[in-house]
Amino acid sequence: MSLVYAGVLSHAPGITGRADLCENVAKRDEFYAALENQRKEIEATGAEALIVVAAEHFANFFMNNMPAYCIGIGEKYEGPIEDPDWLKIKKTTVPGAPDLGTRITREVMQTVDAAYAEEWKFDHGIMVPLNFLTPAYDLPIIPVNINCQGPPLTPLPRAWAFGEALRRACDAVPEKIAIVGTGGISHWPATPDSGKINEAWDRDFLDRLMRNDQAALLDYDDAETYRDAGQGGFEIRTFIAVAAAAGGHGDLQFYTAELPIFAVGCTVARFSLTSQD
Amino acid sequence: MSLYHLQKFLYELNRDEAAQEKYRADLDALISEFELTTEESEALREGDIGLLYVLGVNGQILMHYAAFLGIEWFDYLDQMRAGIEQYGPVRAGVYAMTGGGESYTAEGKKQ
Ligand SMILES: [Fe+2]
Repeated sequence: MSLVYAGVLSHAPGITGRADLCENVAKRDEFYAALENQRKEIEATGAEALIVVAAEHFANFFMNNMPAYCIGIGEKYEGPIEDPDWLKIKKTTVPGAPDLGTRITREVMQTVDAAYAEEWKFDHGIMVPLNFLTPAYDLPIIPVNINCQGPPLTPLPRAWAFGEALRRACDAVPEKIAIVGTGGISHWPATPDSGKINEAWDRDFLDRLMRNDQAALLDYDDAETYRDAGQGGFEIRTFIAVAAAAGGHGDLQFYTAELPIFAVGCTVARFSLTSQD
Repeated sequence: MSLYHLQKFLYELNRDEAAQEKYRADLDALISEFELTTEESEALREGDIGLLYVLGVNGQILMHYAAFLGIEWFDYLDQMRAGIEQYGPVRAGVYAMTGGGESYTAEGKKQ
């Protein structure tokens, strides 16, 4: 057993970039405190590397050659690609885990045809989580991407299988590994509808996620998700993959739809880890 | 219609500092490297966020470009809304406006 932590958290450029515009300061700070708690929980596990299952936004992967799944095996990564004054995160270098990442990729490939990359530029989808979870950028990161942006998208049952493969791969190595999935639930980011959140849809999804109910989690159809949860809703794939990796029930530590300035329902949760055998 | 190439232009610009240098030094030369229609080239020359949105540029690509141009957040949202008014509904791509063009944040309503 070398997976030591599994959790999920929201990303969005506004979480850091528009922090000063936010008027609901009490709720914002409650969210930041939940993220700080998540940082401490990860630290307490003694994790030697952090896998970030992300849904990047055209920083590396484009419709010229779009992988459904990609695992980073680079020595280091640069980020953010965005204007640092806009994102309010300084450009930095993040350490990778090439040897560990390669062993994990090999094992994942036993069941899922993942791509790999030795170069990877981080956008807000990874930099915002890292800003809170490893603010000193001293924990080796294994970035993992699921294409949630440019359809055709990987079907949800495949995202589940990918999460299971990541778990099997983590358990096959001696290092202690933490995994987080970062997505949005319902949201319409970067469009004129930015700030729109379907709270009822979010809460229903989170209920399924915390029960780790595989059948219920995979019972979404992309056309319905687009209608009810926006194009941002496609990012549930990252949460579903981490639920599959964890295997256990979740504990929803924070959720609010009251920070629309961040353009996403803000979520923090962790899962219990059960043995897969 | 060459939405693919238009988005490719912005994708390269967003992630590549060399492309950003070229953008500043000789925008026409950079534009000529991509297969773009006159309307698309013009939208890029003008930094016309509203038209680019209506042409179907994915918001995740357009947002980063707007930040590169130094456009403030609420202005970015307003420019997309103005684009819909001026040019009509989004013509292609994944992103379309599903709301009525209203602001979903208390912070944005005051701007
Ligand atoms: Fe995202």
